[in-house]
Amino acid sequence: MKTYLLTDIIGPTMIGPSSSHTAGAVKLGAVARALVQGDVQKVIFYLHGSFAATYRGHGTDRALVAGIMGHPPWSEDIRDALQIAQEAGIDFDFVPLDLGDVHPNTVRIVMTDSSGQVSSITGSSIGGGSIRIIGLNQDEVDFSGDYPTLIVKHTDVPGVVAGVTRRLYEKGINIAFMKVFRSSRGRGATMIFETDHTVPRELLDELREIPGISLVSFIHPLEVV
Amino acid sequence: MFPQQAGELIDICSEEKITLGEVAIRHEMEEDQLTRDEVMESLGRALDVMFDAAREGRNRRIISLSGLIGGDSTAIHAYTEKGGSIAGDVMTRAMAYAMSCSELNASMGRIVAAPTAGACGILPAVLKTFQEERGTSREDLVVALASAGAMGIIIGQNATISGAEGGCQAETGAAAAMAAGAAVQMMGGTPRMSLDAGAIVLMNMLGLVCDPVAGLVEIPCIYRNAQGAVNALTTADMVMAGVRSRIPFDEAVSAMAEVGRSMHGSLKETGIGGIAGTPTGRRLKQQIFGNTKITEVHKDHKQPRDDGN
Repeated sequence: MKTYLLTDIIGPTMIGPSSSHTAGAVKLGAVARALVQGDVQKVIFYLHGSFAATYRGHGTDRALVAGIMGHPPWSEDIRDALQIAQEAGIDFDFVPLDLGDVHPNTVRIVMTDSSGQVSSITGSSIGGGSIRIIGLNQDEVDFSGDYPTLIVKHTDVPGVVAGVTRRLYEKGINIAFMKVFRSSRGRGATMIFETDHTVPRELLDELREIPGISLVSFIHPLEVV
Repeated sequence: MFPQQAGELIDICSEEKITLGEVAIRHEMEEDQLTRDEVMESLGRALDVMFDAAREGRNRRIISLSGLIGGDSTAIHAYTEKGGSIAGDVMTRAMAYAMSCSELNASMGRIVAAPTAGACGILPAVLKTFQEERGTSREDLVVALASAGAMGIIIGQNATISGAEGGCQAETGAAAAMAAGAAVQMMGGTPRMSLDAGAIVLMNMLGLVCDPVAGLVEIPCIYRNAQGAVNALTTADMVMAGVRSRIPFDEAVSAMAEVGRSMHGSLKETGIGGIAGTPTGRRLKQQIFGNTKITEVHKDHKQPRDDGN
């Protein structure tokens, strides 16, 4: 049975015109931003399907850039995001591209940070402002961005998953959803934990010390009112 | 657990002697572990954003991002000031408020999706009309908004509030039904009368297709927001005069769901049929997007909390 809350019917408060082309796009930009350590210096948005065809009319370009700069979906700065980014010296570009068999509202975001490190994320805006992240750098992933999300890249050897879950348990962090993705046996794998609590910085540093772990990222969910 | 149908909702209202909105407020308190004040504050914040959006067209001409629409709200305010309207100033102002919200939405301004961004002008227009014409208190406006929300939950649970699933009847139709219920409540009508008003509006707007030009939430959405507000206000008067809906709200909602299901795909937010498919509609699309193929236009779905079983 479908159920709704009052706040689903009267809300969200958002910047128009479309929850999927605007609010969802801001969230996609924000998740991408959270994965970069330093400042984003350069970003290319590869737009697929409906995003590619209608991004100007729906302001999806402005929404994505606003997200990269950390503006929430209800910020009135979204409208002027391109100009604000230009003034901040962020180099951005939009490229229509067929990303294959993915949701029509999908974007691949490729970012270069101040140290020259390149990272990318692929995500879809699936309706009502909800999103799914389906790709992280070269890896397949799947998470919503609605929960605090811990992303751990590691070598695919026994014991690493247990090492991470044990430390989360010790800090009293409850795991709502957990998924492990790997490209091939014994090679790199990615763990995604969607949790009920924020993961403190000390714990992230502690996880980085575990042998076999190459990357630890953490994304705070956006508070959408 | 929120009642599945309006029939159960009305039983709770009669037993506990409370409004439709109060049932929704209590449900929200339980689900999100909030106090009544917290729920009321959150609705109050939404009301503030709604009123700001409704007023904006009085301050300036709002032009959409695409340039397809703009300035209508301001024009209607000027017309009202000049005098001579046949429908009366209350109606013309309500239209201007609704269109202001639609224009703001299309120009990347801040709005409250109620129930969707495409139908964001109707509830603000009706609530603002009561604040101005009747001096309705903030508390009463917020509870009326909650009652509208309760009706929207019933529509979402038993039909849909997505144009892509049910056409415009599910967006501006639902919003106008909700607003009519809120209006009746603010005039002292009973919960049953609110639902009667909702049922009549749904009958009036049954079959309305979702056919946005170029897939943008602009034409004909802005006109339908104005008409949705007018429909809600006139139907509220009808019900307060003693007119009953001969068809119960739940059955009108089921009819809307069924009509939505049988509606052709080209008329459900694909930007292909209806007004989008007229020669002028196609030309405007060409003008904005050129020859780029649009595989799927905007999807303004509200995702249900739980889509199990």
